[in-house]
Amino acid sequence: MRNALGSVDTVLLLGGRSEIGLAIVERLVRDGARRVVLAARGATGGEPPVIGDAEVHLLDFDASRPETHGEVIEAAAKLVGDLDVVIPAFGVLGRQADYDADPVAAAEAVAVNYGGHVSAGLYAARRLREQGHGTLVVLSSVAGIRVRRANFVYGSAKAGLDGFAQGLGDALHGSGARVMVVRPGFVVGRMTEGMTPAPLSSTPGQVADAVVAGLRSGAETVWVPGALRAMFAVMRVLPRAVWRRMPR
Amino acid sequence: MSSAAPPGTTFLTGWGRTSPTPARLVRPATAEQVAETVRRAPERGVAARGLGRAYGDAAQNAGGLVVDCTALTSWSLDEATGLVTAGAGLSLHDLMAALVPRGWFVPVTPGTRHVTVGGAVAADVHGKNHHVDSSFGAHLRSLTLVTAGGGIRTLTPADDLFWATVGGMGLTGVIVEAVFRCVPIETSRVRVDTERTRDLDHTLETMAATDDRYRYTVAWIDLLARGGRMGRSVLTRGDHAAREELPRGADPLEFAPRALVKAPPWAPDGLLNPLTVRAFNEAWYLKSRPGTSVQGLAPFFHPLDFVDGWNRAYGPRGFVQYQFVVPFGQEATLRRIVARLSAEGVVSFLTVLKRFGPGTPGMLSFPMPGWTLALDIPAGQRGLAGLLRAFDAQVAEAGGRIYLAKDSRMAAGTMAATYPRLAEWRKVRDEADPDGVFRTDLARRLGL
Repeated sequence: MRNALGSVDTVLLLGGRSEIGLAIVERLVRDGARRVVLAARGATGGEPPVIGDAEVHLLDFDASRPETHGEVIEAAAKLVGDLDVVIPAFGVLGRQADYDADPVAAAEAVAVNYGGHVSAGLYAARRLREQGHGTLVVLSSVAGIRVRRANFVYGSAKAGLDGFAQGLGDALHGSGARVMVVRPGFVVGRMTEGMTPAPLSSTPGQVADAVVAGLRSGAETVWVPGALRAMFAVMRVLPRAVWRRMPR
Repeated sequence: MSSAAPPGTTFLTGWGRTSPTPARLVRPATAEQVAETVRRAPERGVAARGLGRAYGDAAQNAGGLVVDCTALTSWSLDEATGLVTAGAGLSLHDLMAALVPRGWFVPVTPGTRHVTVGGAVAADVHGKNHHVDSSFGAHLRSLTLVTAGGGIRTLTPADDLFWATVGGMGLTGVIVEAVFRCVPIETSRVRVDTERTRDLDHTLETMAATDDRYRYTVAWIDLLARGGRMGRSVLTRGDHAAREELPRGADPLEFAPRALVKAPPWAPDGLLNPLTVRAFNEAWYLKSRPGTSVQGLAPFFHPLDFVDGWNRAYGPRGFVQYQFVVPFGQEATLRRIVARLSAEGVVSFLTVLKRFGPGTPGMLSFPMPGWTLALDIPAGQRGLAGLLRAFDAQVAEAGGRIYLAKDSRMAAGTMAATYPRLAEWRKVRDEADPDGVFRTDLARRLGL
C-alpha cells in the first residue's frame, strides 16, 4: 500500500535489467519498499541481485510475447501481494539507418516498444483496477512528443505509447489506480552508449529521482529534466519546414 | 474526494485525508445483517468503519467492501451498576448526550466525541485519565463480534480473541456491541487547574509531580517555541466538579455541546502555516491564565470538536498525525524529538503531551507506562518522510511505539519491532480468520 507520504511497499519491474528501471527500484527500496519482482528474459536462471534489504523475486518475461504478459502480472501478484508500482521498462532504441535497411527489424522493434507496452500495460491496469490502488509508470520519451526524422521508427512507437498511457490514465480515473507518464529527454546510459548526448540530457539516476518524486506527489506527467516541458511546448508548434531541418 | 468513484464504490480516507482508496460501502442496520454481509465477503475482504476518525488507513479497504457500522446505535444503561450496553456504531457524542443528564460519564474519552464505541474498542482509545484509569479496553465487560465465518460471538476478558480485538484495529471481526462500566458524576462540569510551564523539563517535572492528584491531565506544548522556552506548555488538570461548586440555579447535568465554527471546505493548502500556527500558539499560551476554573465537559475534553471539520484546514493534501510513546526513563528520546521538531519549525496545530499509566492486556494496544506525544503535520511538509523515519528509529530504540489509530506512514518493520506481542496476536487472528476475510489498507501496508 502507498502510505500517506507516498512511500510504497511492492514494485514490479518488467524489463528487469533496465538501467532506468533498476535505478527507480533502488530508490523505492531506499524509501521503504520491501518486496520487488524483477521480470526479464531468462531471469529465473540467475541469482536475484541484492537491492537494499528488500526481498527480490525473479520472473521470466518476454516483451515480444504479449500472450504471456497476463500470467507474469498474476505471478508477480502471487509472490508479493498487491502491486503498488508497476514499471514496464523494456525497450530497444536501434538506429534509424538500420531500420531503413531492414523494415522487418523495424516492425519487431515497434512491436516491443509499443505493442509490448500495450499488452503489459493493459494487464497491469486490470490488476491495479481490481486492487483499487497502484501506479503504472510508463516510460515515454520526448522522442514521441514530436517525432523527428532522425529516429522516427523509435519516435513513432514512443508517440503511440505516450498516447496509450494518457488514454489508459483517463480510463483508470476514479478506480484508485493511476498512470504516471514519464518523458525523459536523451538519457546517457547503456542504451545510448556511443551516441553524442543531446541538450538537456539526463542520467538514469536523474530519471529515477524524478519518477520517485512524481510517485510521492502523485504527478500525472513527469518531464526529465523539468525544463523539457517548456522546451517542447515550443518544439511542438515549430513549422514543419523548420522541424524537418533538425540535425538529429 | 479527489476523483469520481466507479458506480457502487466510494473513495474513503481517514481523518488526515491522505491516500484515498475506493471501496463498496454498505450500512447494515442490525448485527444479523452485518453477519450476512460477512458471509458474502468478496475476494478483497471486509473492513469495518465507524465515523472515520482514525487518521490513516485503518478503516479503508481498497477494491473491497467496507461495512459502515454507524446504524448500530442501540444502547441501554443499568442505573444500578452503571453498565452500558451499546451498539458499535453509537458515537461517544450521542452516548454522552444520553448518559450525562442521567448522571453518568463514559469511562474514557479521546480528544473528540465523534468516535464510535466500536472504534474506541478497536483502537483501545485513551484519554486524559489514562494515568489513573488506563484505556477503553480496561472498562469493558464483554464484546459482541461478527467473526470471519459470519457467526456472532460474545467475548469476555477471559477469551484470547477478546484481547486480540481490543486494540486489534478491526482485523479480528466486526465489533457490533460492547458492554462497559461508566462513571457516576454529580455535574457535567470539570474543575480545571491551569498552569503554564517554562520549558520541557519544567513540563515533565510538573506533570510527574502533580499528575496523581487529578483524574484528568494533559499538557499542550508550544512546539514553535525555541531556545530557552522550548517545550513550554499549558497544563490543564481536572476532576469532575461536585454540585456545590456550581453557581446556584445552574442545571448540574446540562450537556448541550455544539460546534461553534465550521471549517471552510475550500481551505487552501498552507492555511495552517508557520505564521498562523505561531500566532495561534502564542495566543493560546497567553490566554491560558493560570488558576482554577469550572468548565463544561466539552471544552475540557474535546477542544477540537469546536471547529467542525477542522481537518480540512490542512487543505486537500491532508495531514499526518504522529503519536508515539516512550517508556519512563527514556525522557532523553522525548527531549531529542521535541528539540528536532522545534528546530525544524514543524507546523503542528495542536501538540499534546500526556503521561500514561499501565496499559491493558490488548495485544496490539498502544499505551504503556511512559510519555506520549501527539502532533499533526501537513502532509506536504518537505522532508517529512525522512524526519518521521528518524523519529521511528529513536522511538523503537527507546522501547516505545507508534499509535496505529493515528498512523498512516509507518514501515512494516517498525511495527513488527515495536509491538512485541504481534506474533501472539497473529496466531489468535489466524485462528479466528484463517482465510483473511477482514482486511484493511492499514493491514496491507503493515503486513499484518
